[in-house]
Amino acid sequence: MTYRLGVDVGGTFTDLLLFDEGSGAFWRHKTPSTPHDSSEGILNGVKAIMADAGITAEQIAYFLHGTTVATNAVLEGKGARVGLVTTQGYRDIMQIARSYVPGGLAAWIVWPKPQPLARLEHTVEVPGRMDAAGREVAPLDEDAVRGALRKLKGDGIEALTVSLMNAYLNGAHESRIGQIAAEELPGIPVSLSHEVLPEMQEYERTLSTVANAAVRPVVSKYVSSLRTKLEQEGFKGRLSLLRSDGGLMSSQKAEEHPVNILMSGPAGGVTGALWVAKNAGFENILTLDVGGTSTDVALIQGLEPRRQRTTEVGHLSVRASALDVKTVGAGGGSIAHVPQLTGALRVGPESAGAVPGPVAYNKGGTLPTVTDANVVLGYLPEDLLGGAFKLDREGAKAAVQTIADALGISLMEAARGIIDIVNENMFGALRMISVQQGYDPREFALMGFGGAGPLHVNAVARLMGSWPAISPVSPGVLCALGDATTRMRTETARSFSRLARDTSIADLVSVLDDMAEQTRSELVGDGIPEDQITSLFEIDVRYAGQAFEVPLTITQAVLEEDGIEGILSRFDEEHLRLFTFNMDTPHEIVNLRAVAQGQAPALPAAELPKGDGNPQAAKIRDHTVWIDGSERPAVIYDRAKLRQGDMIEGPAIITEMDSTTLVEHDCTARVDAVGNILITLKTEG
Amino acid sequence: MPARIIEPNTTPFAKVAIDPVTLDIIENALRNARIEMDATLVRTAMSPGIREQGDAFPLISDPAGKMIVGQFGSFIDGFLKQFDGTIEDGDMIFLSDPYSCGGAVSHSNDWLVMLPVFKDGRLLAYTAMFGHQSDIGGSVPGSMPIGASSIFEEGVRIPPVKIWKKGEYNEDLMKLVMHQTRKPDWCQADLNALIASCRVAARRVVEMADRFGDDVYVSATQELLARNHRAMKSLLAMAVAEEPVSFEDYICDDGKGYGPYKIRCTMWRDGDKVILDFQGTDPQSAASINFFLNENMFKMFFGIYMIMVFDPQILFNDGFYDLIEVRIPEGSLLKPHFPAALSGRTHALGRIFDILGGLLGQKTPEFLNAAGFSSSPHLFYSGWDSREDGTRDWFQLFQIGFGGIPGRPMGDGPDGHSLWPGFTNVPNEFLERYFPLRIERYATAPDSGGAGLHRGGNGIHMTYRFLADGEIAIHDDRWFVPPWGVNGGHPGARAKKVLERADGSQEIVGNKVESVSVKAGDLLHFITWGGGGWGDPLARDPELVGLEIRQGLVTPEGARAYGVVADGEGAVDADATTALRSEMTASRGELPLFDYGPGIDALRANCEAETGLPAPVQPVWNLREAAE
Repeated sequence: MTYRLGVDVGGTFTDLLLFDEGSGAFWRHKTPSTPHDSSEGILNGVKAIMADAGITAEQIAYFLHGTTVATNAVLEGKGARVGLVTTQGYRDIMQIARSYVPGGLAAWIVWPKPQPLARLEHTVEVPGRMDAAGREVAPLDEDAVRGALRKLKGDGIEALTVSLMNAYLNGAHESRIGQIAAEELPGIPVSLSHEVLPEMQEYERTLSTVANAAVRPVVSKYVSSLRTKLEQEGFKGRLSLLRSDGGLMSSQKAEEHPVNILMSGPAGGVTGALWVAKNAGFENILTLDVGGTSTDVALIQGLEPRRQRTTEVGHLSVRASALDVKTVGAGGGSIAHVPQLTGALRVGPESAGAVPGPVAYNKGGTLPTVTDANVVLGYLPEDLLGGAFKLDREGAKAAVQTIADALGISLMEAARGIIDIVNENMFGALRMISVQQGYDPREFALMGFGGAGPLHVNAVARLMGSWPAISPVSPGVLCALGDATTRMRTETARSFSRLARDTSIADLVSVLDDMAEQTRSELVGDGIPEDQITSLFEIDVRYAGQAFEVPLTITQAVLEEDGIEGILSRFDEEHLRLFTFNMDTPHEIVNLRAVAQGQAPALPAAELPKGDGNPQAAKIRDHTVWIDGSERPAVIYDRAKLRQGDMIEGPAIITEMDSTTLVEHDCTARVDAVGNILITLKTEG
Repeated sequence: MPARIIEPNTTPFAKVAIDPVTLDIIENALRNARIEMDATLVRTAMSPGIREQGDAFPLISDPAGKMIVGQFGSFIDGFLKQFDGTIEDGDMIFLSDPYSCGGAVSHSNDWLVMLPVFKDGRLLAYTAMFGHQSDIGGSVPGSMPIGASSIFEEGVRIPPVKIWKKGEYNEDLMKLVMHQTRKPDWCQADLNALIASCRVAARRVVEMADRFGDDVYVSATQELLARNHRAMKSLLAMAVAEEPVSFEDYICDDGKGYGPYKIRCTMWRDGDKVILDFQGTDPQSAASINFFLNENMFKMFFGIYMIMVFDPQILFNDGFYDLIEVRIPEGSLLKPHFPAALSGRTHALGRIFDILGGLLGQKTPEFLNAAGFSSSPHLFYSGWDSREDGTRDWFQLFQIGFGGIPGRPMGDGPDGHSLWPGFTNVPNEFLERYFPLRIERYATAPDSGGAGLHRGGNGIHMTYRFLADGEIAIHDDRWFVPPWGVNGGHPGARAKKVLERADGSQEIVGNKVESVSVKAGDLLHFITWGGGGWGDPLARDPELVGLEIRQGLVTPEGARAYGVVADGEGAVDADATTALRSEMTASRGELPLFDYGPGIDALRANCEAETGLPAPVQPVWNLREAAE
């Protein structure tokens, strides 16, 4: 018997999910995170969950891990000291960036000046030039290169990046600098832009290369420390990390290309949702991952999550594939306030975080938060986590009362107002990834997870018209579940930049074959049997002259059958859907990507015992909630005791170890075969 | 005759009470709709001016034409007063002539699309967007002739017309318009993009009305306006004194050798009302630098500045308009008589913002920013691609440059960034791929940011190598009158353009020139202005100055403006620095609130020596009038 272990490290808790590959049985565990060295918390969790399941480390075949270690290194500026070599005349490339100042008119007055990821004093320029056709215009001045590298050595850089103009067309100068660096800076890792991202646009390519180099030592140190600790426990299996695009990569690959794991954290929730969706029989899902300070949303259509070509980390936009996850500053800890000047009710983006936290947590918080509003309304019962921890409802009431007073409305109206506003913020984010991308949310179900997702999922589903609202099994550890259940993935990208009418299908196929071979051999190198690897292609198309490309996913068979015409007609269709018009302008094939994927493990979910539809056995007690304008009787249920087929009439509250699900007054919840709670409007049956 | 609005359903919207939560939800949804407009535009536009640089502005208004969300304030009210025609369901208005819309757009390059949004036979909203077209015909590529003396030379002028009339597309009209431009493909794509944006926003407005009810939606927009009115009223009472304050600044020249042109504004509060009076602004120019300033647009600029300076939390809309009165003298640079040329209005548009900053900050120096707006410096480069492997096709580049952000109360000004919202630079690899160009230098200009406790941002030194013969035009300003510093900060450096010919000869070219022939192999150094400094430069940490020497942002010579003595490696000589600083402190007087540099007379006297260009000649207005 073999086991897969998914581990997700969050800011507060480390979540673990152990999966028995044979039976589909699983164990979950939550343990406090240890931010100074998260491998410590992980090990605590691993020991606990192994004891719980009665297994040893040898039985764990796969250790699958989503981590924010790379993300935090960027956000907190704790990356390596990176040296950057640029083309003569381009030393300020990171300083000037795209000259963009976020915000509206006059926003420059309040915009903080950012520090480049590779500091300007560690940036040097060297003579040598390629043109826009990849031809050498001026040879590389190797003496100047040596001089520049010695200067960087003196500065004590920990990683070197090389990003030269037009290197996406010809990387010869970069490669030569790489060789010289091996002599001048032995032991210093080198990243070359044409290898990390062979695409046009010098700033984005440089930033991606620098980001990769900056997080490399941090990720490397983390991975090797984790590997050592696991080996000491007797672990002999494979260690893989979750990529931002929802696939897995070997930990060795992650050490080389950590730019691909910058958004590893949010990707876990989406892949977890994907597994739940498969088991619950849904193909189209919108995800709502509500944490303490922010909410992540994503769209899954036909069991494929939407991806994008950029990874957004803080104010930086790095060119690496990621799931299209949008984040809003709205979570359980978001603070409600009423600015004096406008008298408007605002919720967030300021958050009380874990410390001091919501007033109801009694850890020193004094400002009213979303969690406090949930407590006031009765949506969060006072005894959480099986009674180990009692919420301070009176404190929460006093805090929310300040909002009620400022607005001149009742306490309960103010509390519900806070909930409505925060739901609206989540709704806005969901619209960005659905309606604004041309998707009709009524064709999707909405899945709420993370600590507070199941509390809000019913109300947000109502706003979206996305039914049912799903509270998945183990909503609090869904990221770890996603880590455990997704598959290996790798990709490579190239600029193509040719008009479709000047491109023959043979040209295209030969480039793509080449790229497919490269990605497949990478996975083979990671131990995936050749016959389990599938290849996919992505072709970015636009009307020549546009700035925005539409990525089209295609298989080799379809490409050969439908030809370039087939791709173009799909583009026209997609463009019409997104922007309501087509044009006579010629099509340009901009970028090509090849994706290789391993097999998704066939991991069935374990079935619950069948019930008779009556949830009475799971009832904890009677309760009241304030909903739809009045105080109403409600019932609290214990999720662990629910059986498949149980029907719960709203208003009701379903509690479990780390999460609470709210069923609103005019809704009914049904427990499906594997324990997901599906909430629908009563009128719709 | 004002526009006649045809509403089959004449039931007025009922005013209903809105609870604060619904109000905030609607405000938020409107904000999202506006973001969506921007996204749609940038994704589908094709001219580099819009697709890479974002030169376009959206708005959503209430049925009366008041802006609920947007950027530049609403002109719709003024437009409706002037438009002699009907507004019906299925119509879409298209215009570009500033004189037909009271300056809603301020030069003919800006194409504006306006969509009245009807629901069940009632006018519910307008959505509108305008964007800068790269070419609309006229006497020069790019359609912004510096030498123009009337608007007739500046390309196709579109009075308000219906591109759609009751749902029917006016194809002949569009053929006629597109026939006038050198770049019909870009214009068509960009126009499509503007239309798609307005339609997206219209759809969102109707969805909102469906969700909340038409009466609730419309009442909410009125309450949002009222809320803004209340907030602004207390802000004005707090921040604007009854005693008048004045501020003036200059446009360096008009491209025909005359200048500088003065823009002066006086501000005071009379009860609840703030008056902004441009009395004292110079008369209109015979060249194209006139800026037809729409009063409402200026109210919006003023409002946004107030908000950004004093309380960035507020969402701005048109609600506060009746609290402000703008007076612009007829026939002045800011309200020229038809048919004055307008295409070069970018310089005065930029300067307006520096003037606003100077006005608002005088009573509260801690909120004062230094100067940083030149204009949006433009480079045009056009010709036939004559390279050996060139396509022989016509190419035409219009590129907007950036300079230094001024020193600010919160800290240094960023180097080489945009003062305009949403603007980005064009990737140089994109330029090299699609134009016969090589960009040999793209760097900040050291020492160009004014010295201060908070340094002004450096300007950009960009070097173009032309690879095909062609013509260039340059539009820039702040080459003669420097961007001022504040609270003891120094002025920023001025803009400069140098042409280095393939034969090795060098010439300094003006900042407003056109039809300059360039040959393959020639180099153009396009150097923009630096932002003014903020606060006493002698109070800046010497080690920070040393670091900026190592970063190449400041030179050892430039460091002396901070009283810092350091070598080329940025190593600070602490003793020499202390000595220099005390010597400088002793010899200087009290720090001025504004440091404009030496003043117009001295600038004029030293112009040739300092800039390599002859000083502009003081314009004499009665001569110009007599000549007409």
